Amino acid sequence: MYETILLYLHQNASNYMVLVLQHLRISGLSVGFAILIGVSLGIYSANSSRLYNTFSGFFGLLRVVPSLAILVVCIPVFGVGVVPATIALTVLAIPPVMINTALGLRGVPDSVIETAVGMGMDSCLIFLKIKLPLAMPLIITGIRTAAVEVIASATLASYIGAGGLGDIIFTGLGLYRMDLLVLGGISVAALSLLTDLVLSSLEFSVTRYQRS
Amino acid sequence: MNLALEFKSVRKRFAKTGYDAVSDVSIDICDGEIVTILGTSGCGKTTLLKMVNRLYEPDSGEILFYGHPIKDMNPIDLRRKIGYVIQQVGLFPHMTIAENIATVPKILGWDRQRIADRVQEMLELVALPPAEFSKRYPQQLSGGQQQRVGLARAIAADPALMLLDEPFGAIDAITRRNLQGELLKIHRRFGKTFLFVTHDIHEAFQLASRVLIMDKGKVQQFATPSEIRSNPVNEFVRQLVSPAQDEQLLCSPGGSRS
Ligand SMILES: Nc1ncnc2c1ncn2[C@@H]1O[C@H](COP(=O)(O)OP(=O)(O)O)[C@@H](O)[C@H]1O
Ligand SMILES: [Mg+2]
Repeated sequence: MYETILLYLHQNASNYMVLVLQHLRISGLSVGFAILIGVSLGIYSANSSRLYNTFSGFFGLLRVVPSLAILVVCIPVFGVGVVPATIALTVLAIPPVMINTALGLRGVPDSVIETAVGMGMDSCLIFLKIKLPLAMPLIITGIRTAAVEVIASATLASYIGAGGLGDIIFTGLGLYRMDLLVLGGISVAALSLLTDLVLSSLEFSVTRYQRS
Repeated sequence: MNLALEFKSVRKRFAKTGYDAVSDVSIDICDGEIVTILGTSGCGKTTLLKMVNRLYEPDSGEILFYGHPIKDMNPIDLRRKIGYVIQQVGLFPHMTIAENIATVPKILGWDRQRIADRVQEMLELVALPPAEFSKRYPQQLSGGQQQRVGLARAIAADPALMLLDEPFGAIDAITRRNLQGELLKIHRRFGKTFLFVTHDIHEAFQLASRVLIMDKGKVQQFATPSEIRSNPVNEFVRQLVSPAQDEQLLCSPGGSRS
């Protein structure tokens, strides 16, 4: 089977690269939007338990719905292609980012804030120099969770015509070609692992102060 | 003598409480004094202190800082002129010791060389060798060392006044004695005004030029340690300074310790 996979890659190298890039692009876009929305909502709800519960409840509910269902529901509204896929994946990625942002900000000890205020730091400075850096490790963990989920789920996006590595898998399914199924699966797994690795090392570098 | 602080009929009641946390306090504190504020838990010591750097606002009365009503000053500017040390220390965990100490000088826009020199000087002042400590993170220090950094950080930008809220309350007895010694050394060297909250009678009497004894939000007596020992003004103060009470920490009946 490995020969057939290699042969396929050899013959379709540029096509394969296009699919990988599509996959990365749709995942990157979704995670990017999720960071923008999730971090904002997390900041916004960090000081209010009510808002926090509302937001996390709402997105938690959406998450229970399978991504495929969201994708399909998106079709009548946004049609097929990259747009509905990105929307569905963004919805999937927002909760971990939002929840971790809020948790990270809430986790900053009161005594740290009290001395910062007492020393004459204004709220802008306290947010940028104290709260955000201290919340950053958890925010990155949230982004990591989101990114890994999105890369895996983006496989389904090809089902509604958004392209990506899912194309290889669905073709494999249609043609009963085991080699394509394996290639698609391994490629998605490799992208997930790579992303996880990059983000863990980022996380490691921002938590250096926690280690002796 | 120049007055560092004047409290004029200062009163504070928190929402949803039926009593004054601080009730009609009128006292003057001279420049260069060490005043310790002594009293049972919940008697209003912290509230009184936090009204000075405007973490709390009084309901009535006013506080003058070197003659200026603090309500007319920008709170941020005021706080940068006042060092603030609390029991939980509150060092910034993601910053090195040197960065922690440099916080206020940096926001005041000192140039880099001046900040570096000052950090070095402050670390030496609190007996933490700069070569060993400046690059470390707070978590890598003992409780006593962390509070030394807390002191250094509070004093780094040369504030006129230091507010200390039970700074050594969570530190073991031997280290506490050392830190009390360092504090007196710092005071002798810089001659700043210190307002020092404690519920340790021994500490209060040992450090103070004058002791402010509070109960239920009211000033009971404000005088030098020897004056209080020889002339307690009422039964509460007499009880407090009776030899049997010495060396003991105060506990209010039924109240939680702050
Ligand atoms: N933020 C607050 N909200 C409501 N009540 C408070 C607050 N802070 C203090 N108090 C009350 O005010 C009184 C004085 O508290 P505090 O100044 O902290 O006492 P101390 O520092 O002497 O232990 C206490 O009865 C306390 O419960
Ligand atoms: Mg207190």
